[in-house]
Amino acid sequence: MQIKSRVHNNTLYVLLCGELDEHSASYTKLTLDKLFLGTNFQKIVIDLSELSFMDSTGIGVLIGRYKKMKDKNIPIYICNPSSHAEKIFKMTGLYEIMPKIV
Amino acid sequence: MKYSNFMEVTFKALSVNEGFARVCVASFCVQLNPSVDEITDIKTAVSEAVTNCVVHAYPNAIKGDITLRCELEGDLVSITISDRGVGIKDVEKAREPFYTSKPSEERSGMGFTVMESFMDSVDVSSNSFGTTVKMTKRIATCEVAKEC
Repeated sequence: MQIKSRVHNNTLYVLLCGELDEHSASYTKLTLDKLFLGTNFQKIVIDLSELSFMDSTGIGVLIGRYKKMKDKNIPIYICNPSSHAEKIFKMTGLYEIMPKIV
Repeated sequence: MKYSNFMEVTFKALSVNEGFARVCVASFCVQLNPSVDEITDIKTAVSEAVTNCVVHAYPNAIKGDITLRCELEGDLVSITISDRGVGIKDVEKAREPFYTSKPSEERSGMGFTVMESFMDSVDVSSNSFGTTVKMTKRIATCEVAKEC
């Protein structure tokens, strides 16, 4: 897993590159939590265009981040999921808390 | 006569082997000429089952093994993933959506639900000597089955 980020127009853009499973979950959580400590943004967009694989472990990772940022009133959005990730998001209702944006 | 083939591999219950298990099954199933969607369904289901073994089967420091078997019979893929761990206390409960025995670990509790959605059938048997998950899926685009 490789994670790239940038801040633009008060938005933190995070690009997840690689596979999100149990093996990469800890690193992903730690890295996102560090990035989310920043104070120079008011919303977060997680770009999944470079995510080659994700299973339900990814849902746990995302929901955990949502809970942390909810306390700070910072919304998280998802963009560019694969059709497969989309299936898992719809199955779990993730879009209800992390809306998909184009 | 139906086309048939099988493979079996045993590996240590470590998370680093999840990717190996996915690639292993996907490479083996390629001979049925599945669609990208079908192969991703299978990889995801295998990942869920192997993750369950890695996370739950061996709670002590010493990790045991996981055996992954894949059988092809015509257009039918049957995958069996078994461990020799502590077993699942309540299989019915474990299969409920969003149920997790480790809520403090940010787990979605959707592993079995994902397996059920992406495969045609999922059977789970478990006792105090281990757990076996058997999943099947028919490959709609299977060319080998038509030829045999």
